[in-house]
Amino acid sequence: MNSRWRILVVDDEVAMRESLAAWLREDAYAVDIAASGREAVAMAAETAYDIYFIDLKMPPGINGIETMMEIRKRQPDATVVIVTAYATVDTAISAIKEGAQEYMVKPCNPEEISIFVQRVIRLKSLERENTYLRRRLSRRYSFQDIISKNPKMQAVFELVRRVAGQRSTVLIQGASGTGKELVARALHQAGGRASRPFVGLSCAALAETLLESELFGHERGAFTGAVARKRGKFELAGDGTIFLDEIGDIPPKLQLDLLRVLQERRYFRLGGSEEIVMEARVVAATNRDLLAAVESGEFREDLYYRLNVINIQLPTLRERREDIPLLVDAFIGRLAIEAGRPVRGIAKDALKLLLDHDWPGNVRELENAVERAVVTASGDILEAGDFDFLARAARTSERWEVPDGLSLDEIEKRAVEAVLARTGGNIKAAAEILGIDRSTLYMKIRKYEIPR
Amino acid sequence: MLLCLLPTAGVQAGDLAGAGALAADVFGFEVRTLPPLAVPDATFDARRGQHDSSLVLATALDLCPPDATRLLVLTGLDLAIPMLTFVFGQAQLDGRGAIVSLARLRPEFYGLPPAPAVLAERLRKEVLHELGHTCGLVHCTDQGCAMSLSVNIVFIDRKKARLCRDCGARLAARLETMRRGADPAEE
Repeated sequence: MNSRWRILVVDDEVAMRESLAAWLREDAYAVDIAASGREAVAMAAETAYDIYFIDLKMPPGINGIETMMEIRKRQPDATVVIVTAYATVDTAISAIKEGAQEYMVKPCNPEEISIFVQRVIRLKSLERENTYLRRRLSRRYSFQDIISKNPKMQAVFELVRRVAGQRSTVLIQGASGTGKELVARALHQAGGRASRPFVGLSCAALAETLLESELFGHERGAFTGAVARKRGKFELAGDGTIFLDEIGDIPPKLQLDLLRVLQERRYFRLGGSEEIVMEARVVAATNRDLLAAVESGEFREDLYYRLNVINIQLPTLRERREDIPLLVDAFIGRLAIEAGRPVRGIAKDALKLLLDHDWPGNVRELENAVERAVVTASGDILEAGDFDFLARAARTSERWEVPDGLSLDEIEKRAVEAVLARTGGNIKAAAEILGIDRSTLYMKIRKYEIPR
Repeated sequence: MLLCLLPTAGVQAGDLAGAGALAADVFGFEVRTLPPLAVPDATFDARRGQHDSSLVLATALDLCPPDATRLLVLTGLDLAIPMLTFVFGQAQLDGRGAIVSLARLRPEFYGLPPAPAVLAERLRKEVLHELGHTCGLVHCTDQGCAMSLSVNIVFIDRKKARLCRDCGARLAARLETMRRGADPAEE
């Protein structure tokens, strides 16, 4: 039905705008009229018209080309036809240069205008269909908030669907930025716990005593500074989900406490005598090789097996490169709206650049890169130049010479120290630069005893 | 339901009879022919050598008897609107008035010998088309339907002097509503 398509006819001559509008309405288009450029701009701010017929000369106020430019600021995709009674090559060139799709000299042949409108509508129908199909495709490849068509990730989705309703403990393993928390949330959402609490805690971010109190809560007077009773994360999670991130970094004493909770599903608040039943489902995650940590004696074997009832391994972005176009598309869709930018796609060469990049920080790094490009891009399509910072970062790492006699740990420590110094100790900014999440950064700060 | 037929100078009795017969057969109108309209000079655009279709129709509507459900102007004048180089006719969508020009329906306009049967058939199509608009019908994608858009004479000759099934059903529903006394054109 043509009534889906909205047309605005802008002309200061009443006979002109009324008769053209009436003629277009016979084709069932939803046609509005405006008597001046300013009125047209105001109307375009309210309604996104598909086609604008704008008269070039409209005294007083703003002329047709200025009107078009104002409208296109808000609606870069709008089709604009500049109409004039006084055809000159200069005005035609200027109209087309400023973005008019067509330049018509009035009066024009009915066939010409009819063919033009039909062509535009056909093109816009295809664009709408394309957008619709892309959304459907993205829904098809998405599970909760995770997007992937990679077979390994599809198997993860299937496993999550299967075990979401159960209470068994889940261990999610994957490198930084692969989406461990998203999978934990998907487990929570897809099961029967969606309306219950989801409580997350990064075990790497807190000192041992603090972590203990955070997990189990404490009674008033349990330790110096415990001025009131505090409920722990296990309690807050109720019969929902507790997500223990960076589980590989919890100290030995807490490993034992946690093992007891998982075995007995009961615990005490610190300094308390009232036994509390643990009803929450435990989902743990780590980017460490826990089995290696077990072998080296850093992680309790019995806790490992308690946690590892259901194991989910997340691939790195390098292992699922086919997802990059889908992810980029989804990020652009969301980030362009959040940042209020008119970006609607990515050029082929820019996408190729992203496909070829190594992505040590995985999906999070890709998301950060797309966000940076969306914010700084000058056009509505992301070009390869908008991702220059990736190439610069790659070149820097190629040329960088490793100082003699440094262990990998020492190099990492220096890198973390340098980035923290550069960001003035801002953890969020430093984590973004390093391409790791905040909890991993906290863990490294603790590991290398970096003063803050 | 009354249709007033308003001719201008140059329209033959046979043209009026053909238009009236179609209006009666398809729309069920009672047809009354009014005295010819003297078209005001102000409707003429000397630069283009054409009359402004909207202005002629507006003049005619001012003279339309109040009891008329619809007014159809038949003219021999070549019509146009400011944006278009010509129109075969014009109608108020969901409104009272319509106008049809014979000028570009005549084979002579295209350098061919007169052919009364061809003219009569083209006129029937255009009368059906414009009156269809006054009854809320919009352009149809069926190229054989009288409601399909005609941007030149070839398009008119390609279509038939009848409505496709969908447009016919819509018109029947609208006429039924009008017969019950509800007509958007009167609002």
